[in-house]
Amino acid sequence: MATPKIDPTLKKPAGDGDGPLYAETVMIHPRTVKGIFRNWKWAALIVLLAIYHIAPFLRWDRGPDAPSQAILADMTGRRGYFFFLEIWPQEVYYITGLLFLAAIALFFMSSLAGRIWCGFFCFQTVYTDLFMYVERLVVGDRSKRMALDRARWTGDKLVKKAIVNAIWLVISASCGIGFTLYFGDAPTMLRDIFLGREDSAVYGTIAVVGGCCFLLAGYAREQVCLYMCPYSRFQSAMFDEHSLIITYEEWRGEPRKPIRKTETFEGRGHCIDCKMCVTACPTGIDIRDGMQMGCIGCALCIDACNTMMDKYNLPRGLITWDSSANQAARERGEKTRIHLVRARTIVYVAIIAAVSGLMIFGLSSRKSFDLAVQHERSPLFVPLSDGSIRNGYTVKILNMVREDRQFELTVSGIEGAGLAVVGGQASGAKAMLQVEPDTVGTYNVFVTAPADKLQSKRTPLYFTLRETAKGGSNRLESLFAGPER
Amino acid sequence: MATIEKDSVSGQNTTGHEWDGIKELNTPLPKWWVYVFWATVLWAIGYWVAYPAWPLVNGYTKGTFGYSSRGELDNELAAQKKARSAWLSKIEASDVAAVEKDKDLLRYAMAGGKIAFNENCAPCHGVGGVGAFGYPSLADDEWLWGGALADIEQTIKFGVRNTNANARASEMPKFGADGLLKPEQITAVSDYVVSLASKAPAKGSAGETVYAENCAVCHADDGAGNKDLGAPALNNQIWLYKGTKDAIAAQIAKPKHGAMPAWSERLDASTVKMLAVYVHNLGGGK
Repeated sequence: MATPKIDPTLKKPAGDGDGPLYAETVMIHPRTVKGIFRNWKWAALIVLLAIYHIAPFLRWDRGPDAPSQAILADMTGRRGYFFFLEIWPQEVYYITGLLFLAAIALFFMSSLAGRIWCGFFCFQTVYTDLFMYVERLVVGDRSKRMALDRARWTGDKLVKKAIVNAIWLVISASCGIGFTLYFGDAPTMLRDIFLGREDSAVYGTIAVVGGCCFLLAGYAREQVCLYMCPYSRFQSAMFDEHSLIITYEEWRGEPRKPIRKTETFEGRGHCIDCKMCVTACPTGIDIRDGMQMGCIGCALCIDACNTMMDKYNLPRGLITWDSSANQAARERGEKTRIHLVRARTIVYVAIIAAVSGLMIFGLSSRKSFDLAVQHERSPLFVPLSDGSIRNGYTVKILNMVREDRQFELTVSGIEGAGLAVVGGQASGAKAMLQVEPDTVGTYNVFVTAPADKLQSKRTPLYFTLRETAKGGSNRLESLFAGPER
Repeated sequence: MATIEKDSVSGQNTTGHEWDGIKELNTPLPKWWVYVFWATVLWAIGYWVAYPAWPLVNGYTKGTFGYSSRGELDNELAAQKKARSAWLSKIEASDVAAVEKDKDLLRYAMAGGKIAFNENCAPCHGVGGVGAFGYPSLADDEWLWGGALADIEQTIKFGVRNTNANARASEMPKFGADGLLKPEQITAVSDYVVSLASKAPAKGSAGETVYAENCAVCHADDGAGNKDLGAPALNNQIWLYKGTKDAIAAQIAKPKHGAMPAWSERLDASTVKMLAVYVHNLGGGK
């Protein structure tokens, strides 16, 4: 183990002294515990997996051109759908905003109550929990699993290991399939996946996601938290003395010593050194060493310790969820209080509020169409036989709703300027342009202006796009090039 | 020399490295990590076997998958060709006017025509048909051989002044070099053409008489030109060989004549049609 240990009775970490260059990975088989946090963890597991697997099947009317799915990343159609929202590729900043919010929410959560994300909600934790549950059903609890690992390869071991791995593979496949269903019409995709009719990319994705699920939750487990996940490395930056963390009441527990039935707790600590907390820990650490990188905040050691405290009629919470400031206060016998409102949490909430506000503002003022005008550079301008000057433009109209719409394009800023559209209708300075539902309409537009109305070289020209049915409009400044005078 | 010592808190050895009193613990790498490293090495060896990898004296190891980037390109090009063939056969089957009327065909022809134009036409006519000295602009509204869609298609197909039997052809006499006009007559008529171009013909000048006798046959009395003969209009500011008095006089004395290949001999019918549609929609099409 890479985590430092203080307790001299425990085995020294590998690499100690003239130890080996590489550390052996010891499979951790945590003891099953009962208690309130274990129940919360089961609840989180069920709710999260249900959301993950049910969400792609939620329906939402998207018209004839897209699957009627509520949550969908349509890669070929280049659209992202989330219930009432439809995101175009250039609006990917909404997703950036969402990720930013998620990050700050994570910091906020951590500064309040430690690594509850890691301990309760992270998919690595959820799937590892589920995989361990399968092992417990097939093989048994900690001691039986450890015994099976040590045992010689017999028929019984082979059968048990095969059953465990087979169930793991089924869960992993459902994880992989569940992932792909967010990228296509879920019901038809699910059917096609089982009928072997899907694209090789889909099966490849299922293999990669499912394979990672199998390896990470089945075999890598706490190694992911210790060596792969960057979060455990910077968690301490979010903590302060008021953050609620999993903590051992050292002042009450020490000196620790095993106890006989005839002895009393006079003149000694409440910790009976039963190591229930150590054996219950899914990352194999000893929480009595204090806060450490290996602790994912799952609180199972609290459940384990409380069970023992109840047995010996001692107050619960020798291992507890508390802040280090409160622990210091308890040791001195002072009053404790939970500081939720602190500079750190206020800043996090302020950032969350600001970003969500910006996003809500952006989404509510989001236009249902957009205009882009590009001035043609070759030729910059064309002198016509009657002495007037013509410029070419590429006009792109983004029709971001699911209806065929008419737009009126007008130019202004130059007196006598006239419009002509390739494949469209135009008269004077106005043109009617039609754009199909949910597409970008591209038009080659020519503007002709009398030479005597132009400034030398370039004159500002304004394009106004008006949606004829609802009347929203968008104005852009472009330029009109002409000869130098 | 670094001194390795035992850290009193963790019981681990240090690496012997120390910075400002901070000593680095010698924490061993997990063994599985090393296995992952070896797995990537094995993967790389698998790549050598499966894909082209090692150079040999005469060539290279081909790999068991038979992959080559050239083959990948061929496949992609074939797929592109297949995808295009539906459009191209539709364009080949319709006449140019029908292509321009059909919204989808027009969009396709504009895109395909642009690529063909940049490959074949832009070297002389410029990107976007901007034109150059001696090479007519295709973006303005003056056309030597007609700016209607069918005229443009005809010009692209058969070209101008080449060996093709259907090529557009015309020749302006060498009024100076062949002694048809005296130098002072050329000067006078040049003055008159300049006045024509600025829409203020010098009525009653010597140039007017020379013009009426020698030039009006092809270029018309008012200088409007004649598209059937490829005679350019002289009554505007668009000039193929510049519109200064000296340039006009030089063109009268010893005219330059441009030539253009017959593109039907080099390009297929659908490409010529897409080019015609593209050129017609460069802005000046009639």
